[in-house]
Amino acid sequence: MIPCKPTATKLTLFILSLVVFTAFNKVSAQDGKALFQAKCQSCHNIFKDLTGPALMGLEERHTWSDHKELLAWINNPGGYMAKDAYTTGLKAKFGSVMTGFPDVTLKDVDAIVSYINSEVANRNKQPQGEQTGEAVSKSSSQNAVIFGVISLILAIIAMVLMQVNSNLKKMSDDAEGIERPEPVPFYRNKVYIAMIAIFFFIVGGYFVTKGAIGLQRQVNYEPKQPIYYSHKVHAGINQINCLYCHGNAWESKSAAIPSVNVCMNCHKAIQSYEKGPKLYDEDGNEINGTAEIQKLYKYAGFDPKNAAAWDPSKAKPIEWVKIHNLPDHVFFSHAQHVRAGNVQCQTCHGEITAMDEVKQVSELSMGWCVNCHRQTKVQFNYDSTKGNQFYSIYEKFHNDIKNGKMDSVTVKDIGGLECQKCHY
Amino acid sequence: MSQNKYWQGFGQVNDPENFQKKVQDEFQEELPFEGFDDKGLADAKAPRRDFLKYLGFSTAAATLAASCKVPVRKAIPFANKPENIIPGDAKYYATTYVQDGDVIPVVAKVRDGRPIKIEGNTLASFTRGGTSARAQASVLDLYDMYRTTHPKRKVGEKFEETTYEFVDKAIAEGLTGASGIVLLTSTVVSPTTKQIITEFLAKYPGSRHIQADAVSYSGMLLANEASGFGRKIPSYDFGAAKVIVSLDADFLGSWLNPVENAVGYGKGRKIDEKKPEMSKHFQFEGYLSTTGASADERFTHRPSETGLVAQAILAGLDGSVAAPAIADAKLKAGIAKVVTALKSNTGASLVVSGSNDVNVQILVNAINNAVGAYGTTISWASTSNYRAGIDKDLVDLVAQMEAGQVGALLVYGANPAYHFPDAEKFKAALKKVKLSVSFGEKLDETTELCGYIVPNHNYLESWGDAEPKSGVVSFLQPTIYPLFKTRPYQTSLLKWAGNNTDYETYFRNYWTGKLGSDEAFEKALQDGIIEQASSTGAGAYNGGAVSTAVSGIASAKKGSGKYEVVLYQKVSIGTGTGAYNPWLQELPDPISKATWDNYALISMSMAKEMLGLDLANKNNERENNNYEYHPSKPVIKIAVAGQKELELPILVIPGMNANTIAIAVGYGRNEGLGKTAAGVGKNVYNLASFNGSTITYSTSADITSAGRKEKIAQTQIHNSYEGRVEVVRETTLASFIANPNEITDFRQDLLDKYAKANNDFRKDATLYGVHDMPGLKWGMNIDMNACYGCGACVVACHTENNVPVVGKSEVLRFHDMHWLRIDRYFVSDENNPDDLKGVVFQPMMCQHCDNAPCENVCPVAATNHSSEGINQMAYNRCIGTRYCANNCPFKVRRFNWADYTGADSFPNNQDQKLVGKLDPVVHQMNDELTRMVLNPDVTVRSRGVMEKCSFCIQRTQAAKLQAKKEGRPLLDGEAKTACQQACAGDAIVFGNVHDKDSQINKVRNDNPKRMFQVLEQLHVLPNVTYLSKVRNTEEIVTHGEAEHGGAEHDATRPAAAGEHAAEPAHH
Repeated sequence: MIPCKPTATKLTLFILSLVVFTAFNKVSAQDGKALFQAKCQSCHNIFKDLTGPALMGLEERHTWSDHKELLAWINNPGGYMAKDAYTTGLKAKFGSVMTGFPDVTLKDVDAIVSYINSEVANRNKQPQGEQTGEAVSKSSSQNAVIFGVISLILAIIAMVLMQVNSNLKKMSDDAEGIERPEPVPFYRNKVYIAMIAIFFFIVGGYFVTKGAIGLQRQVNYEPKQPIYYSHKVHAGINQINCLYCHGNAWESKSAAIPSVNVCMNCHKAIQSYEKGPKLYDEDGNEINGTAEIQKLYKYAGFDPKNAAAWDPSKAKPIEWVKIHNLPDHVFFSHAQHVRAGNVQCQTCHGEITAMDEVKQVSELSMGWCVNCHRQTKVQFNYDSTKGNQFYSIYEKFHNDIKNGKMDSVTVKDIGGLECQKCHY
Repeated sequence: MSQNKYWQGFGQVNDPENFQKKVQDEFQEELPFEGFDDKGLADAKAPRRDFLKYLGFSTAAATLAASCKVPVRKAIPFANKPENIIPGDAKYYATTYVQDGDVIPVVAKVRDGRPIKIEGNTLASFTRGGTSARAQASVLDLYDMYRTTHPKRKVGEKFEETTYEFVDKAIAEGLTGASGIVLLTSTVVSPTTKQIITEFLAKYPGSRHIQADAVSYSGMLLANEASGFGRKIPSYDFGAAKVIVSLDADFLGSWLNPVENAVGYGKGRKIDEKKPEMSKHFQFEGYLSTTGASADERFTHRPSETGLVAQAILAGLDGSVAAPAIADAKLKAGIAKVVTALKSNTGASLVVSGSNDVNVQILVNAINNAVGAYGTTISWASTSNYRAGIDKDLVDLVAQMEAGQVGALLVYGANPAYHFPDAEKFKAALKKVKLSVSFGEKLDETTELCGYIVPNHNYLESWGDAEPKSGVVSFLQPTIYPLFKTRPYQTSLLKWAGNNTDYETYFRNYWTGKLGSDEAFEKALQDGIIEQASSTGAGAYNGGAVSTAVSGIASAKKGSGKYEVVLYQKVSIGTGTGAYNPWLQELPDPISKATWDNYALISMSMAKEMLGLDLANKNNERENNNYEYHPSKPVIKIAVAGQKELELPILVIPGMNANTIAIAVGYGRNEGLGKTAAGVGKNVYNLASFNGSTITYSTSADITSAGRKEKIAQTQIHNSYEGRVEVVRETTLASFIANPNEITDFRQDLLDKYAKANNDFRKDATLYGVHDMPGLKWGMNIDMNACYGCGACVVACHTENNVPVVGKSEVLRFHDMHWLRIDRYFVSDENNPDDLKGVVFQPMMCQHCDNAPCENVCPVAATNHSSEGINQMAYNRCIGTRYCANNCPFKVRRFNWADYTGADSFPNNQDQKLVGKLDPVVHQMNDELTRMVLNPDVTVRSRGVMEKCSFCIQRTQAAKLQAKKEGRPLLDGEAKTACQQACAGDAIVFGNVHDKDSQINKVRNDNPKRMFQVLEQLHVLPNVTYLSKVRNTEEIVTHGEAEHGGAEHDATRPAAAGEHAAEPAHH
C-alpha cells in the first residue's frame, strides 16, 4: 500500500486540480455571459452589427488579441480613440463613440471574450436551436363543469322521481277511494318556486358581486398597439435588460415607456427583422417585423437610406396604449419595488420575455397586492454588510432576530398592509 | 396677580354656557330632509313606493355608470427624453418670488414639467427658507385661467387679439412720434431690468421712469433723505434688538419684507428655558394688527396721533423736542414705560414706524439715533430695496397726463386706476394719453383702459434677477415653458429701444460678465442667490430736520369727524394682488378669522355707542350671542369728506382704539381679474389722500348704522372645544420664572390620579390597545412663541395636499376645508375683554393621537393607526358617517359636503337642488388649467369623504424611499412637512421621535417646562406637542382651575385627602 500512496496523492491532486480548472473555466464563461448581458448586449450582438460592431472574431481584429489593449479601450474609449486610428474609423462607421465602462477589469474582459468565443464555437457546431414551445397547461376547471353537469342530471332525476312518486300516490289514493285535493303541478308548487328563487338569487348574487368587484379590472387585457412590438424578440431572444428601456423604474414611481430616441439607439442599425421566429398577432395573422420597424422610422422621422441626415429632434412620440392601470387613489412606485424591494419585473408583469404583444397577467387588485406584501421579505439588513441599511432603525426586529423570535422581516412587518402605505 | 381668560369670541367670554349651547351643533343650519313631518313615515311625502323607485333607479344608474367601457388610456413617452428629467420624479429649481418689489427667494418643485409647489430657499440668509402666504399661493397665479393669453390691442371698446409683429411695429411708431414718454412701474428690484430701462430711456429723450407703489413708503424714503442717509431704506435687524418699539408698523404682517422681519424677530423671541430671556416688543397702533397680536405690550391711539407718540418718546429720551400733551392716561403711561425701556437698552433697541408721513419718520429717525440703533440694529451698509416709489411723482404724472403732456404711458406692475386715491382722475387723465401700453399679466383696472396689452410672463416662466437688499441678488429661472403667448416686458422694452436681443440673452450676458464665467453663473442660478458684502456708503445721521418735523406734526390736519379710518393690508390680500388668488381669499385673516371679504373693524365701545351692541355686558347675552353666532353682521355707513358714502359690515375686535375703524385695502376688484376677485369686498383706496408730499392712509370719518346686515364668512367659531381651556397655554415671562412648573405639575397631577401604577397612560386608565411602532414614529412640535399667525403654513398645506377651495357660501355654512387652521385666542382679564393683554396663535391640525378617539368610532375602519404613529385616513374606504369628526376633541377633521374637486364619478354633481349651487370659484378651481397645480402624489377627494392632516405622508414616504434607494438610514430633517417648510418663524419641528439625536427630540428635551399637549387630561396621547406662549411682561398670572376635565378636582383635593386621613378614626 505504501508505494501506492504518492501515486494516489498525485492522482487526487490531479483530479482535484482538473475539477477546479474546469470549474474555473465554467465560472469564467458564466461570468462572461452575465457580464455580456449587463454591459454589452444593449449595443452589441455577437453575430451582427447593431449600434456597435458584431463581436464575433473580435480577437482577430486590431490589437484586441491583447486584452490589455481591449481593456484600455473599454475603460476609456474617448481617451483611447484620441491616439488610435482604428477606433476613430469605428466611430465614423457607427456614428457614435462607445460608452465607457471604467469599472470593467481585465478579468471581466477575459470572461466576456471567452463567452463570445464559446458562443461562436457553439453556433458553428450546431445550427440554430429549436424554439422552446410553450407548455399550455390544461385547465383543471373542466372538472368543475363535469361536476356541474352531474349535479344537474341528478337534480332532474330527483324531480322526475318525486313527480312519479306523487303520481303513484295519487293513483293509490284513487284506488283506495281517499279524497285528496287535486295535487298542485310542480310549476305552481310554492316550495319549488321558493327553492328555485333562492337558487337563482344565490347564483345571480354571486355573479353580480363577482362582476362588480371585477369592474375596471383588466386581466388579460391585450390591446392592439400602434407598433407591433414584441417583448419576446427584444427581452427574450435578444435578452435586452428590462432596465435598458425602462430605466425609469429604477429611479421613480413610473417605469415609463422608452422614448423614441432609445428605440433608435439600436434600430438605427437594425433595419430589418430577419432571423427571429415568425410573429403573429392575437388573431393569428402573420406580422411583418421589418414593416413594423418602418413604422418606428416614421415616428422617428428616420430615413434608412439617408441615415446620416436624421434629426432626432423632429421625432414624434408614439401613442402607446396603456395596459397596466391602477386606480387614481393608489400610489405605486416602481423604484420602491424594483430597487428597494429587489422585486423582479416578471413577478407582476408575468413571463414578459415570452410575450409578443404584452398583456396584463396579474389582477392588479388590492387583494393581490396585499397577499404579496404578506409573504415578501424585505431586504432586511441582518448585519451591517447585508441588505438595505435603511432598516437599521428597526431595532426591535434586530433584537427579535438575535433572540430567535423571528427569522425574517416581511413587508407586512414594516407596515406594508397599512392604508397609507399606498393610499394618500 | 391676575387671572387670564382665553377666548375666541365674545359669546365665550361673557356667557360661556349659552354660547356653548349654540355652538354645540357643528353646523347651525337645519339639515335638508325633505318630506318628513310629524305624521310618521307612512304619510311622508316620499312614501315606500317612491323609495323603491329611487332605489331601483339609483341601482340601475350606478350599474350603468360603473359598467360602461373602461376607457382606453394612452401612455405617451417623450420623443426625445431630456437627460436629467425623470418622469414621475420631482425636480427643484431655485427661483425668486417677485411681486411689486416684494422679494422672497424660493425653490419651485417641478413635477413632470409643472411647478406645483413653492418652498423657501434655505440658502438665503435673510429669509432662511421662510415664505409668506402670498409666496406660497403664487404658484396658483401661474395657472390662472384669467391671464392674458395674447398680445392685444383695443379696437373701439373691446380688445382684439393681435401679433407681436403688429404690436412692436405699432408701438415703436407711436413711441417715435410721442413726446413725454413715461414708463410707470411698481418698484423695480431687478438690476438687469434697471439697466434695460436706462437703455430704453436713452433711446427716447425726454422719457421718464416713475415707480409707484400701491401702499407707499415715500414718507420713509424722504425722511431718510432729510436725515442725511439718502433716499433709501435701511436693513433692520429685529434679532439684535432687546427692545422693539413699533409705531403703526405691521412688520410681521405687511411692512417691508415680513418674512425677513419674522426671521430676525424670532431670534429674540425663542426662549432658552434654562436662562429665560426674550426681547421686549411694544406696539403702538390704532387697530389690532397681526404684529400687535404678537406684542408684549400694546397701546392704542388714533391713527393721526402717531406723530405725537413719536414726539413724546423723543422728548422723553433726550428732551430735544417739547413733550406734546397726550390726554389718554394709558397711552401716556405706555410712552413713559417705553422711554424707560429704551433708555436702559441703548444700542440694543429698534424703533420702526409704518407711517407714511415724512415728519413722523424724521422723528423716528431721531429716536433711533438717540437710542443708538444706527450701526447696531439698523444697518445702512445693506439697504432694503423693496419700495422706491415717491408719491409726488405719481401725483405730478396724473396732472401732466391731464394737461396732455404725456404722449405715451407704458405701465408695468403699477395699477393707479385701482390704488391711486383719486382713481377717477387717473382714469380720465389716461384717456388723454395717445399711446398707452400695459404689460399686465391680467386684465387689471389699469390694463383694461390701455390701448395695447403686451402681457408679461408669470414669474415662474421668467428669467430674471432681484436685488432685495444691496449686495444680495436672488435669481429667477423658468420652471415651465410659457403657457401662453406672453413675452417678458424687458424683451419688449429692449425691442422698442432698438435692441433685438431677448431678455434671456441679455440677462445671461449681464451676469456671466459680472460673475466672470459661465460656471459661476450656472452656480448662481442653481443656488438661486448670491450674497456679497456691500457698503452703500450712506451718509451720517443729521438731525436738522427734526424741528420742522415737530411743527409739521403739530399743524397736521386732524379732520372734523369723530372717528378715524385707518387702511391696512391683510397678510393674504396685501395691496390687492392676492385678491384674485382663491387660496388667499379663503385664508382666514389672523385676527378677524374672516375669509372672502373686507369689513370695518370697530372697537367694543364704538359698537355699544353706535349699534347698541354692548358686548362687555354679561346681562346682554341674547343679543351678544346672536352677534357672535350668526354670520350676518350689522352694516355701517362711513362718511368721509369729499367721498361717496361707503357701506361695510362690521366686526367688533377687542383691543382697538375706541375711535378707530380699520378697513383692509385690496378688495373690490374688477370683473376682468376673474371670478375670485370680482364682487368681493369694496375698494377703499379712495379713503387715502395726498397731503402735498405723501399719501396718508388714514382719514377722519363719521359713521352711522345702515340698519341692515351683511354676511361675513368667519371660521373661528366653527370648531368649539366645548369650554375646555387646556387647549392653549400661555404665560408671562415673569410668571414663568416664578412658577416654571405649572405645566409639569398639571401633568404629574393627572398621572398621580389616573396612572399611578406605571406613570404611563398607555398602560393605565386606557381602553386602547398599544400600537407597535418598530421603526419610525413621527412627531411634531410647535413653538407658539415663534408663531405670528401669518398663515404661510395654511396655504402651504392647501397647496401640498390638494385641499379644495369651497367659496364664501360654503364657509358661511361652516364647510371650510383647511387641514391646518390657526386658532386665535384673545387674552384678557375675565371682566374686561376690551383690555387686551395679548393674542395667542395656535396652529391646529390633526394631532395624530396614539389613543385616537376617531379611530374606534369608524364603522368601516377607514381611519386607523399606522406603525409610524400616524393616524391614517383611507379616503376610498370612507363612507361618510362623520362619526370620527364628531368624536375628535380638536375638531380637525374636514368633510367634503359637496363635490368641491370635480372628482365624483358623475359630472355636474356640483350644483345640487337641495344643498344649493357652489360658488363660481369652485368651478374656477376645477378648470383644466387650474387643475395643473394639483399635487399628483395626493388623491383628490370626492364628495362624502372625510379628510384631514396626514403629516404630509407623501413627503415622509418619499424621504423613506430615497433613503432606501441609497441603502442608508433616514436622516433627520429629510422629511419636512409643508407647513414646517413654509414657516418663517421656524416654529414647527418635525421628525422621527425614535431617533435619539433628532431635532424633534432635542426640542422636546430642551423645553420640558413649556412643552404641553392639547387637552392632556383626555389621555389621547397626541403626537403633536406645543411649547407654551410666553409674553414678556412683569405681570404674574395664575391660571384658575380648569372648568372641565381632570384638573377640576384640584381645588377639592386637599379637603378630600383630609377626609380620607380622618376616615380610619371613625372605625
